[in-house]
Amino acid sequence: MTRPALFEIRDLKARVPEAEILHGLSLTIGPGEVHAIMGPNGSGKSTLAHVLTGREDYEIVGGSVRFAGADLLAMNVEERARAGVFLSFQYPIEIPGVATAYFLRAALNAVRKSKGLPEIDAMDFLTLAKEKAKLVQMDQRFLSRALNEGFSGGEKKRNEIFQMAVLEPRFAILDETDSGLDVDALRAVSNGVNALRSPERSFLVITHYHRLLEHIRPDFVHVLMKGRIVKSGGPELALELDRRGYQWVEEELAGTAGASR
Amino acid sequence: MSNPTPSPETSSAEALVAEHAEYKYGFVTEIEQETLPPGLDEGTIRHISAMKREPSWLTEWRLAAYRRWLEMETPVWPKVSYPPIDYQASSYYSAPKKKGEGPKSLDEVDPELLKTFEKLGIPLHERAALAGIAVDAVFDSVSVATTFKEKLASMGVLFCSFSEAVQNHPELVRRYLGSVVPVSDNYYAALNSAVFTDGSFVYVPKGVRCPMELSTYFRINAQNTGQFERTLIIADEGAYVSYLEGCTAPKRDENQLHAAVVELIALDRAQIKYSTVQNWYPGDKDGKGGIYNFVTKRGKCAGVDSRISWTQVETGSSITWKYPSCILLGDGSVGEFYSVALTNHRQQADTGTKMIHLGRNTRSTIISKGISAGHGQNTYRGLVQIQPGAKGARNYSQCDSLLIGDLCGAHTFPYLEVKTDDAQVEHEASTSKIGEDQIHYCRQRGLSEEDAVNLIVNGFCKQVFKELPMEFAVEAQKLLAVSLEGSVG
Ligand SMILES: Nc1ncnc2c1ncn2[C@@H]1O[C@H](COP(=O)(O)OP(=O)(O)O)[C@@H](O)[C@H]1O
Ligand SMILES: [Mg+2]
Repeated sequence: MTRPALFEIRDLKARVPEAEILHGLSLTIGPGEVHAIMGPNGSGKSTLAHVLTGREDYEIVGGSVRFAGADLLAMNVEERARAGVFLSFQYPIEIPGVATAYFLRAALNAVRKSKGLPEIDAMDFLTLAKEKAKLVQMDQRFLSRALNEGFSGGEKKRNEIFQMAVLEPRFAILDETDSGLDVDALRAVSNGVNALRSPERSFLVITHYHRLLEHIRPDFVHVLMKGRIVKSGGPELALELDRRGYQWVEEELAGTAGASR
Repeated sequence: MSNPTPSPETSSAEALVAEHAEYKYGFVTEIEQETLPPGLDEGTIRHISAMKREPSWLTEWRLAAYRRWLEMETPVWPKVSYPPIDYQASSYYSAPKKKGEGPKSLDEVDPELLKTFEKLGIPLHERAALAGIAVDAVFDSVSVATTFKEKLASMGVLFCSFSEAVQNHPELVRRYLGSVVPVSDNYYAALNSAVFTDGSFVYVPKGVRCPMELSTYFRINAQNTGQFERTLIIADEGAYVSYLEGCTAPKRDENQLHAAVVELIALDRAQIKYSTVQNWYPGDKDGKGGIYNFVTKRGKCAGVDSRISWTQVETGSSITWKYPSCILLGDGSVGEFYSVALTNHRQQADTGTKMIHLGRNTRSTIISKGISAGHGQNTYRGLVQIQPGAKGARNYSQCDSLLIGDLCGAHTFPYLEVKTDDAQVEHEASTSKIGEDQIHYCRQRGLSEEDAVNLIVNGFCKQVFKELPMEFAVEAQKLLAVSLEGSVG
């Protein structure tokens, strides 16, 4: 506990006009750590990812988030991205007519510019991009195709991890990146993530399945239910959730709630 | 002395920078001009014709056009609105004062004019000139210089100002002038035919592939003056030419009329590629000032297997009214129209094309991308007409509109007239709002909102930009970014 936390979420409450979704969520992530979040559909996992990356559809009604010592909630979407927060989207967006390489170079240069680094030129970028594409076993031809346009579900997810590999964020959130992937794609995505693991870089991996966590060994596993983290443990918790579902967690919770009354 | 706008006492440094970024061509050149007093009658026309030492047939042609114009009425069908224009209030001729006989070579051109064009990114000295592009520079009512003329002439390519063509190649001018756009075609074409002052003339002889891009740069400078240019391009059998056109004007609070006519003629197997990057002053953000761009552009594919392509990027002008069209007369001829039209703030555009299929197995393609932001109103209006003789004709049209914000409008009026039984006609159209999801995705990767919008808009225009010559495609992208400034956030 000597190293300061990279991410510190305290009692975070967020809502959309219709309802509150996160009801006081707390989570601390140290540098180099991989945290997995599991939980039933609709429990607020994607909402957490969106709130952390600054999506404007959500209103923060309480709590705080510190990232590398800074007040994350005070930054806008692109400032957070430039500071090193990356989201692998559950549903990646298509941008017709914009080549993947062109898009990503623009993004990388925006990040570099914010750090006072010179722009990377098209040739150097291509060398870098090809190397990273190899890492996630993505065909180089995707670089010149319009971003995600006509990509299959699996190709889109691979492209997300490819972008992560190029941008080298300090903190990456993977929102169900493994959903809908075949075995090979899952391995490629996992390899990409594992190659980026470092003592400085942390991950928040949202998933329904233990199989991803066999490839990416998490340090911690949390259960998110109804807008709160209700249980935390080690990798063995993931296996148990995969086998037994979430019902028992709920029952356990009801039990302790009853007992404490 | 040139005098960059705006005046410093009214704006902070920041606003100054912002204004410059908004429309950086808004400066005025201080130069002694010879300007006819405002007003239009037969005397004005005779005067213009006399100043240009035109043959009498041309004077008569102008006068006939004028008489025809007097009987015509302003078209009311375009989806644009503006107060009635007082044609007696503006001047019909303004030119930099000539010293003596007028320049014979670039060294004799007024340095102030050279400086003006240099500032616009169009160096006229051939040493500094854009590689591979010959330029005819038109300043208000006259052409001030044409580059690479000799080099082109050695291949038989005639490239000069329209006025020069009247003097040196009267037989070609007489044969083709008005052969594609008749004098009585429409109100503004008739007006142009009566009072046109200068423009460019191109003739590419049989079998010659023009070795460089030809281009005309139009600059409006004088106040209270209309610009009426006339362009005539003839590609003889088997010839090829790519022609570019650019334009800018100073920022002024009054509206100025620009009513041009462009005629293209492609003979057997000839090809003409005509590209426009239109950046006339669009007016300020409240719609004050700006150019009325009322233009008639038409090409005739007169010969078999000939081809005419129009590519336009329309970002300027307060009102744009133009329909670059193709008459597909020759069997197997091909007409193409690729368009990006952007309206921001209070700009209005009513633009599109007409593809008139007359010959057998003629083909046409229409790709139109309309972008509306601010209070901009953007209309696509297009006609595809397949005449009885046009067996085997085919057309493909695609019209996409992109809306940025809630206050702008996009309208699509495709007209289709098919008079054969075997035509293949396809039309696709879409209207979408720029995606919040797309913008958010870009921002999550580190791009600013403005850069995200530019990126998405550029992607939207990709099909058209790829038709532009390389340098112009880059210019067009930048221009779009500037024109979109202030449309988000
Ligand atoms: N933008 C939104 N507008 C309205 N409701 C939302 C929005 N985002 C999420 N929700 C609701 O919040 C709950 C949690 O959603 P989400 O975070 O996507 O869950 P998960 O990712 O865990 O499946 C769901 O009931 C969902 O319908
Ligand atoms: Mg989700």
